Amino acid sequence: MAEEAGLRQEAAGIEPVSEARGLSQGQIVRKRFLGHSGAIVGLAVFAIIFVMAFTSVGYAGIPGWWKYTHEAVSPLVNDGTPTASLWPLAWGEHPFGQDRIGRDLFAMTMRGAQQSITIMVVIGLIAGLIGVVVGALSGYFRGWMEAVLMRLTDVIIIVPALLLAAVMAQLAGRRDEGSWFAAFASSNGVLALGIFLGFISWVGLARLMRGEFLTLREREFVDAARISGASNARIIFKHILPNAVGVLIVNVTLTMSAAILTETALSYLGVGVKSPDTSLGLLISQNQEAFATRPWLFWFPGLFIVLICLSINFIGDGLRDAFDPRQKKFNAKKARDAGATVPEATPVAALDSRADDGRTAGGDRGA
Amino acid sequence: MVTYIVRRLVTAALILLGASFLVYLLTAASGDPLAEFRASSAPNKQQLMDSRSALLDLDTPAPVRYFKWLGGAAQCLVPFTGSCNLGKNIAGQPITDALGHALIQTLTLVTGAAVLAILVGITLGIITALRQYSTLDYGVTFMAFLFFSLPIFWVAVLLKEFGAIGFNNFLRNPEIPLPVSLGVAAVLGAVAVVVAGGDARRKASTGAIVFAAAAAVLIYFSVTQWFKTPGLGPVVIAIAGVGIAFAVTLLTAGLRNRKALQSALIAVGVGLVLYFVVQPLLDQATFLMVLLLAVAAVLVGMAIGYFMGGYDRGQSMRAAAITSFLVGFLIVLDRFMQAWPAYFNNSRVRGRPIATIGAGTPNIEGDFWILGLDSFTHLILPTTALILISLAGYTRFTRASMLEIMNMDYIRTARAKGLSERTVVMRHAFRNALIPVATIVAFDIGGLIGGAVITETVFSVRGMGFLFLDGIQHVDPNPVMGVFVCVAITAMAFNLIADLAYSALDPRVRVKA
Repeated sequence: MAEEAGLRQEAAGIEPVSEARGLSQGQIVRKRFLGHSGAIVGLAVFAIIFVMAFTSVGYAGIPGWWKYTHEAVSPLVNDGTPTASLWPLAWGEHPFGQDRIGRDLFAMTMRGAQQSITIMVVIGLIAGLIGVVVGALSGYFRGWMEAVLMRLTDVIIIVPALLLAAVMAQLAGRRDEGSWFAAFASSNGVLALGIFLGFISWVGLARLMRGEFLTLREREFVDAARISGASNARIIFKHILPNAVGVLIVNVTLTMSAAILTETALSYLGVGVKSPDTSLGLLISQNQEAFATRPWLFWFPGLFIVLICLSINFIGDGLRDAFDPRQKKFNAKKARDAGATVPEATPVAALDSRADDGRTAGGDRGA
Repeated sequence: MVTYIVRRLVTAALILLGASFLVYLLTAASGDPLAEFRASSAPNKQQLMDSRSALLDLDTPAPVRYFKWLGGAAQCLVPFTGSCNLGKNIAGQPITDALGHALIQTLTLVTGAAVLAILVGITLGIITALRQYSTLDYGVTFMAFLFFSLPIFWVAVLLKEFGAIGFNNFLRNPEIPLPVSLGVAAVLGAVAVVVAGGDARRKASTGAIVFAAAAAVLIYFSVTQWFKTPGLGPVVIAIAGVGIAFAVTLLTAGLRNRKALQSALIAVGVGLVLYFVVQPLLDQATFLMVLLLAVAAVLVGMAIGYFMGGYDRGQSMRAAAITSFLVGFLIVLDRFMQAWPAYFNNSRVRGRPIATIGAGTPNIEGDFWILGLDSFTHLILPTTALILISLAGYTRFTRASMLEIMNMDYIRTARAKGLSERTVVMRHAFRNALIPVATIVAFDIGGLIGGAVITETVFSVRGMGFLFLDGIQHVDPNPVMGVFVCVAITAMAFNLIADLAYSALDPRVRVKA
């Protein structure tokens, strides 16, 4: 049904032909994405946070440019209040302040942002991979394969993530038993958490991909490929998957933004990242009681969660607009121009005499 | 159809069996229930460990324990025997009792939040879709993304700090400084400018009116210390009622339908007369009585509409019924406000009404209104947090759905045959846009009772999430299983309802028999 609607929209001339002339799909998508100001701002903000988080406190043994690490304790400067100021623009000794025992909050926040971004990427990769494989197999082959895989998906969907996280935290905590998992998790806690969350968050993606494959496998070009002797693998990877890549990328992005919140929530509940390592959720959980005395300990980690998540969401929105053939406008300025010059593009203005009514009615409702 | 439902139910039962087995084993494997005793130096350490082992039946392997549990749980399927046995928790309390309490707590917490989030979200979605690419649309879209990105525990702590502690401090001396009043009024005026449609002149005048009204109201509040003795009074109810009458008529029948407008206004008049009549009655209010009064209000409204008649009786009845219900709500609200000083000065509350934790003041006594206010002050913060988080999804989804519908050919046809914009939007577009939203709503309601774990933790509400988390922390499988089974069954049931509702609402979609 969605597809029908898509065709109809295109047929209605909403997508100007000139925009797509002589361009490959990748070029069209790139052009549209770059025209989406929200997504570009999101991308810029995310890039800044990414670079700052990974260069400042160092990563995987490589030292960073910031003088403190998230574990180093230094004497309290001015009772730990943030030293950064906008006017005069100054960075100071501890820009985000210090906690009660003198650890630098900037270093801790950057370390937490690193963790969040790492987990996000790991989850995106694992969930995307498993989701595509499961969705493609069940959607393409149908039959018993679909039945088994989809029932498995159903089971994983209803098992609470919180319980699984608790079990994993417990297993990772048993250092004395010396199992390979405990050894791995104790040295790479956040990586283990990311892998684990990836193993349970592919279910939504798998369902979406199955839906895409179910509709695409009935199309004529798949029949044509099959008649000309293409193997199943070739049809899946060369013919169907490129047509489903838009849905995939958009939903992987959205899974990633949800994953950040899941990680912070689990850390907040005490079953995610554990101290002495730190994460944004753990920082908030540790410092929420101190809100009255040291509010900055609470503001900065939260701000970074929101910034990362918001920028990923905006990037996802831009990608959705760029990949969705039904989207006719995605740029504010372009939209206004188009709305002014092409009256039939906006149905509200289709009948000039009615357009005013529409606006007034809406106005009264809004007020 | 019946085949389809039976097949879905059988599949669901099998999935539930498999998943519950998995959950049981995972919980049992998630830790050592004797850990707290192993580290202790109590002299009767061995005895404590033995008694807990006996209580949790730790000598039996976990898979066998699961089938024992299943045997007890299977009795719940036999109706009217009362022999439901979900085991006992680590403190020896039967899970069925604990679940009952937790379910009530969770439902009181999530119901209001879900209803409000759905109502506000759908309204915002529709409005932003009708004003695509306006400042309002961009503003709401940005807010939706922002709320979508907020970690709920962070919002909860902020709400506690500013909504509870800050507001309670403010209530000690509820005077709003003049600059603050003007600032708040200016912000509201700016919002009004964005929300108002039309040309620049119309926008400016709307903004100015809202600014002046808001400033006047805030200064009035400050001067009369309204927050200490709040109330609406008949005058405000009358003014608000007339406004409601016009708005409801505009939406349901259009202002050109004079009979509908007159019915709605008469309903407001009747409501004002009844305001004085029911006051003594409301002093002895119970929940059932308020419910009956609400039903009576709707019936009275329908009767008014019926007798006013007009060329379309249904429209008049609808307008009057909705109006009288809303006016009745205002009257009840006014009565709650009258009870506020008594609640505020209650010895248990001691002038700090907005609570940060719990679901009710311990040992509070009072009539319906006092207890109602007590629930309200405890629920307002978690409800606000839940609304903020879930609002964004509904707004975005409704907006997308509405935009798709507004581009359909039959909307063009409806316009072409000369229907008014109100009819096109309310009758043709709105109803069809709600079809996909309805399935999302059913889906979300299914996930509601298990979805507030973090909110319950932050606000110390002893609901389902608390029970679940507590069970995990004590490595106690029985409460975890109890919560899991409840949550899974509702989620699956509402999934089925969502699918059936879709095929019932959209005749083009047929379920596979």
